[in-house]
Amino acid sequence: MNAIPPRPLISLERLTKTYGQGDAAFQALRGVDLTVRAGEFVAIMGPSGSGKSTLMNILGCLDTPTTGSYRYDGIAVQELDVNQRALLRRHALGFIFQGFNLLARTSALENVELPLLYRRLPRKVRHEKAREALAAVGLADKHRNTPSELSGGQQQRVAIARALVTEPRTLFADEPTGNLDSTTTGEIMELLSKLNAQRGITLLMVTHEDDVAAYAQRTVHVKDGLIASDRAHAA
Amino acid sequence: MLWNALAIAIREIRRNITRAFLTVLGVIIGVAAVVTMVTLGHATTNAVKNQISGLGSNLLALRPGAGFGPRMPSAGVPDFSEQDAVLILEQIAGVAAVAPIRNASFSTVYLNNARSTNVTGSTVSYFGIHNWKIADGRVFTDAEYRSGAAVCVIGNTVKKELFASENPIGAKIRIGTAACEVIGVLSAKGQAGMGDQDDTIVVPLTTIQRRLLGKTSNHDIGQIAISAQDGADTTAVIADITALLRQRRNLQPNQDNNFNIFDTRQIADTLSSSTKMMTSLLGAVAGISLLVGGIGIMNIMLVSVTERTREIGIRLALGATAGEVLLQFLVEAITLSSVGGIAGILIALALCGGLSLLIQLPFVFDAQINVTAFFFSAAVGILFGFAPARRAARLDPIDALRHE
Ligand SMILES: Nc1ncnc2c1ncn2[C@@H]1O[C@H](COP(=O)(O)OP(=O)(O)OP(=O)(O)O)[C@@H](O)[C@H]1O
Ligand SMILES: [Mg+2]
Repeated sequence: MNAIPPRPLISLERLTKTYGQGDAAFQALRGVDLTVRAGEFVAIMGPSGSGKSTLMNILGCLDTPTTGSYRYDGIAVQELDVNQRALLRRHALGFIFQGFNLLARTSALENVELPLLYRRLPRKVRHEKAREALAAVGLADKHRNTPSELSGGQQQRVAIARALVTEPRTLFADEPTGNLDSTTTGEIMELLSKLNAQRGITLLMVTHEDDVAAYAQRTVHVKDGLIASDRAHAA
Repeated sequence: MLWNALAIAIREIRRNITRAFLTVLGVIIGVAAVVTMVTLGHATTNAVKNQISGLGSNLLALRPGAGFGPRMPSAGVPDFSEQDAVLILEQIAGVAAVAPIRNASFSTVYLNNARSTNVTGSTVSYFGIHNWKIADGRVFTDAEYRSGAAVCVIGNTVKKELFASENPIGAKIRIGTAACEVIGVLSAKGQAGMGDQDDTIVVPLTTIQRRLLGKTSNHDIGQIAISAQDGADTTAVIADITALLRQRRNLQPNQDNNFNIFDTRQIADTLSSSTKMMTSLLGAVAGISLLVGGIGIMNIMLVSVTERTREIGIRLALGATAGEVLLQFLVEAITLSSVGGIAGILIALALCGGLSLLIQLPFVFDAQINVTAFFFSAAVGILFGFAPARRAARLDPIDALRHE
């Protein structure tokens, strides 16, 4: 194993998130403290409705916390404005969604290219990188297919390729294998572990399954908007 | 950034070409309507102008009676004398040429072809004043004029009706009771507001007086055509002629004029300003349809923002800024409406070409209206694309992603 880096990449302090207002207000996160170092692979588990997705969205800068502090690589994220958060997502973060979230009627290649478009890379470079990323997830021959022409596992792999193509420092995956069979799940988990091990990408992954969580180095349990347990796996 | 937005916009348009077509249909129709209306309007204005100036250059027409009109009561009002015409040319400053005219309708016959035609008796000046060009043959000579020779110059319609494809020069036609030799054919002028100008025969005034009608009195000139010099002040010329004629006709200061002077330039201005007004009116009506087309764009773009909420969410999640999403939708709207504008202009040009063939109106390409229509349609895109684009840009990424 590598030496442990000096400072945490992600650090949350007393983070809360309240949905709605007044009587309808609901506190989905009630004071989360969490630290993740660069290069770690963390699994987040917990019962349905416990606040896992809420937490991931805040970590991925898609949503803002109600109170508390979130530092990413020393940056106070809650002080960034909408545009700065968009730029942080563009340059440092990757997201794999539970529901794939691919553009319909759009080829796999174009889907993977999309984040590069916002990085203003020239067309040739975009194509090259997108093809490489598709090859890395084993879909080199499917780059012309649109999502409706791909199986669930293939769609999820396109989504992974799209998250990888920008070579993000940190990858957030919300139930990446949620609706896949066990064989495909195995393939995808091997792929994610490899990314973590070989490219040093920091990985935070939500899952309901213990054998999926077993690929991670550490598991965080969330319950009722709080961290219930946080333990490293035996090596 | 703009190129990027354009690339994304074009990709999105191509992805759903039917929706794109329906979106811009209103703009296509609107632009086509505006350009067609205005182009045809201009063509009409031009045609009217040309025909009126074809009547004669700086033409003033002097007639007996109080006002201008085909059947103004002129009973009891004397016609003019040849001397009136001579004095107008000699005494009035700014007059270039004068032609006394005596008109009458005759039956004309050549072999088995017969028709009734208006015959004009005048001097050689008549041709120049009325802008008649000789297509074939010649006009009459001074000697022929003096002697009242039996010669005539015929209009294009008369030539076609009496001679068909035969060469009329040298042939003899019967006008009323006299046989006249055809010595010239006039170039065609076409239809004017007042009927077929080419259905005419011109003979020397002396001929109509001596051979066709007989000299009835010294006051037998039904009309005097006057051509003002270029740049002459026609208002002053008209005032001078009026003064001269009042004196010659012994009118007392309390009596109204018993003659009138018709100024073609003024009529041309009036007519062309009314056709111009027509054009603006039609253009405005068509402009409203363009506006409706713009609202159509807005409507469909708003619907598509809702439809594409997930797409917007995905773009935002992948790092697009609100500004980039705004630009994408705006560029999409502008691209659509500009392409619609170009399509509309092409349709309009094809339509105008076809219509001008059909109604025999010379086609006038007006770059200005085409350029204006194009920029207007692009502006429609900006105007009506902005609201949907801003709505898209203001979406929250999480809400957008959750949208089903
Ligand atoms: N936009 C929202 N408005 C109101 N309440 C919300 C909203 N989003 C989530 N919640 C509530 O917050 C709580 C946490 O939701 P979250 O999606 O984070 O759960 P989760 O742990 O990801 O569950 P699952 O395992 O089912 O995905 C839930 O009770 C949910 O109803
Ligand atoms: Mg969830």
